[in-house]
Amino acid sequence: MGQRLLMKGNEAIAEAAIRAGCFHYFGYPITPQTEIAHYMAKKLPKVGGVFLQAESEIAAVNMVYGAGSTGIRVMTSSSSPGISLKQEGLSYMAGSQVPAVVVNIVRAGPGLGGIQPAQCDYFQACKGGGHGDYRQIVLAPSSVQELYELTVEAFNLADRYRIVVMILGDGILGQMMEVVEFRDKEEIADIEKPWAVTGHGGKRKQNVITSIHLDPAVLEKMNQNLQDKYRLITENECRYELYNSEDAEVFIVAYGTVARIAKSIIEMAKNEGLKVGLIRPITLWPFPQEAFDKVKDRAKAFLTVEMSSGQMIEDVRLAVNGTGPVYFHGRMGGMVPNKFDILAQIKEIYSRHINS
Amino acid sequence: MVHEIILAGFGGQGILSAGRIMAYAGMLDGKQVSWLPSYGPEMRGGTANSSVVISDKPVDSPVLNSAGSIIVMNKPSLEKFESWVDKGGIIIIDSSIVNKDVSRKDIKSFRIPATKIASEMGNMAFANIILLGKLIAEKGTVSVENFKKALYAVLPERKHNLIPMEMEALKTGMEYNEV
Amino acid sequence: MAIIFQKPKALKDTSMHYCPGCTHGIAHRLVAEAMDELNIEGDTIGIASVGCSYNSYDYFGCDMIQCPHGRAPAVATGVKRSNPDKIVFTYQGDGDLAAIGTAEIIHAAARGENITVIFINNTIYGMTSGQMAPTTLLNQFSTTTPYGRQADLHGFPIKVCEMLATLEGAAYIERVSLHDVKHIRKAKEAVKKAFKVQQQKKGFSLVELLSTCPTNWGLNPVEALNRIRDEMIPNYPLGVFRGESLEV
Ligand SMILES: Cc1ncc(C[n+]2csc(CCOP(=O)(O)OP(=O)(O)O)c2C)c(N)n1
Ligand code: SF4
Ligand SMILES: [Mg+2]
Repeated sequence: MGQRLLMKGNEAIAEAAIRAGCFHYFGYPITPQTEIAHYMAKKLPKVGGVFLQAESEIAAVNMVYGAGSTGIRVMTSSSSPGISLKQEGLSYMAGSQVPAVVVNIVRAGPGLGGIQPAQCDYFQACKGGGHGDYRQIVLAPSSVQELYELTVEAFNLADRYRIVVMILGDGILGQMMEVVEFRDKEEIADIEKPWAVTGHGGKRKQNVITSIHLDPAVLEKMNQNLQDKYRLITENECRYELYNSEDAEVFIVAYGTVARIAKSIIEMAKNEGLKVGLIRPITLWPFPQEAFDKVKDRAKAFLTVEMSSGQMIEDVRLAVNGTGPVYFHGRMGGMVPNKFDILAQIKEIYSRHINS
Repeated sequence: MVHEIILAGFGGQGILSAGRIMAYAGMLDGKQVSWLPSYGPEMRGGTANSSVVISDKPVDSPVLNSAGSIIVMNKPSLEKFESWVDKGGIIIIDSSIVNKDVSRKDIKSFRIPATKIASEMGNMAFANIILLGKLIAEKGTVSVENFKKALYAVLPERKHNLIPMEMEALKTGMEYNEV
Repeated sequence: MAIIFQKPKALKDTSMHYCPGCTHGIAHRLVAEAMDELNIEGDTIGIASVGCSYNSYDYFGCDMIQCPHGRAPAVATGVKRSNPDKIVFTYQGDGDLAAIGTAEIIHAAARGENITVIFINNTIYGMTSGQMAPTTLLNQFSTTTPYGRQADLHGFPIKVCEMLATLEGAAYIERVSLHDVKHIRKAKEAVKKAFKVQQQKKGFSLVELLSTCPTNWGLNPVEALNRIRDEMIPNYPLGVFRGESLEV
């Protein structure tokens, strides 16, 4: 391991991107992710890269579409209202299989909403926020260290599968500082991009990046290819953390910041003799079914905790598939779940299913 | 050992930077640390707070709903955070700004006229450091040596000439005894 | 006792959240005075945009809509087309109007949409902590031009009045400044005229007000006012760009 630095989450994302060989960033200011842009504006010119503040998120995502089409590593970042504007571009990139990394440091909505942390964009991120039958890989870091590591990984995944990878954080992850240990050198997947538009120079066939196929038969085939790719990703790339799971009876399911809160609850629960574990999806899409299969024999109940009205819980229910009750605890509007409230709910669940 | 600390007051009192300095010093002590600021248009006045965790093992939650040590630099913060102090924990109050004391009996409170002392030292901005001095004296949160290094790392260079004074302020806080 | 100074009626009796030395407050006052003097508050619908003035509905007493970043002219169009006899104005910053909202403002002007636009040019994104705006001057520092705005990297400042004045649909376009009393008086006349243009159904009207953002400029209030005079006006000349001879 190399340097240990105290860094803001947003800055760690920016630094990670540069380390991963991303020298092109296009974005538009919005709280609480703007430090990514500030960092890029300072650093990229020093390493021969390009930082460009677009006139809007719509322009920014299309700059990413253009840059990504040429085969380079490229990134944009925003927060919820801005990510909504980017959905059209994301759908086009899905259709034409242009890799890129997109960061959403989520804030509370709907509409202009607020600027405090939330997880209310889960559906948008995981279920295809734009039009069409498409997916993007969604990574959910829960520490500044992981923001760094998963951002590097996001670029590798994007290139490997010709897909958009979204880092789904929240205002807390973006704004907080933790210690990051940077590796001396990043593993950068060396992936050929014969599809890139770089000028054929008379030496190869024309390359075209497009998502329009007016012949339904052709478009269906193209969709089938996408679905094959999505199946492959589901098989290969599910990531999750099982925490304190060995003898746990009640499992909290939580991602990102909320998973951190869950860990502190598990400590408190232990002191009260309650056996609580954590399933922390790291890939939200593909959703890590395996984690649930692993604990299904001992899990007596699940408690999904989210900073939303209950979005991931739909995937949790599918994954649990009736093998146990699934409860919910959520806060909205930028309010953060309180560990004492969650512990109280766990006690209730315990008395209903375990001590009864 | 886990130190959970909340600092709260008005924007402009150095609440956020005080937290960062502690987190940085904790890192230099070889600990795992997190620092979480309140964020938003605080530059336009209003309240600010920051949560710091300094721990021997990976930090569970950077978000706190309670803490062993709380520093408050205005009255609304005292009202909000008094109930957040862990049983047996401490609260350190800038008594030149907050004229109230805590009502709880199961926590220890320290009242230090930090802003007044800091003004007498010639710079009101040292008040936060004086309060941190008391925290370090009571809890041994971070080492004084690394606190000084953290000042150099966190403060912008144009303020480095003030650091010897800040260390004086820290010492004043560490040695302050209520009269 | 004679009252010689009071809040315009169209401004609510609350304190504003703007920073010391920010001219958003003055701009609000001018709009409210125009509403008072034309006695239109009850018939006016204001459109708040996204920027430090996102909550101008807390200050203006007329009915208001808060809308997405940059889309105020489109929202105003919807209101006006369905209520042609109401007075409709937007209140937009330079990031809102001249960056993300460029398409909407140009097309509203081109359509000769009978609305009034109050345009606050402070050469910066105030609310999101000081990023470059389309109006940021060359060499000006911002959080996204940490080495100063360079024409080859960041392009040139957009002169909104000059640009919109090329559109036949625009009836009245004027740029004014808020840096001293004399100019504020002039600004007041311009704002009032813009509303009258709309009242008389003459078409699209826009007043650009050169404004301060001491917080993100890193200047104190007085220095900020001086910056308008010394740096902004030379780059953004004051005057009427369209509709000079328009009688209202
Ligand atoms: C779609 C979208 N993108 C970005 C933002 C973040 N945002 C809020 S205010 C603002 C800029 C405001 O600048 P300006 O219009 O110049 O107004 P000022 O604050 O300077 O008065 C931005 C980019 C947003 N709310 N929505
Ligand atoms: S940040 Fe700038 S524009 Fe916003 S209220 Fe403060 S001075 Fe005014
Ligand atoms: Mg502005």
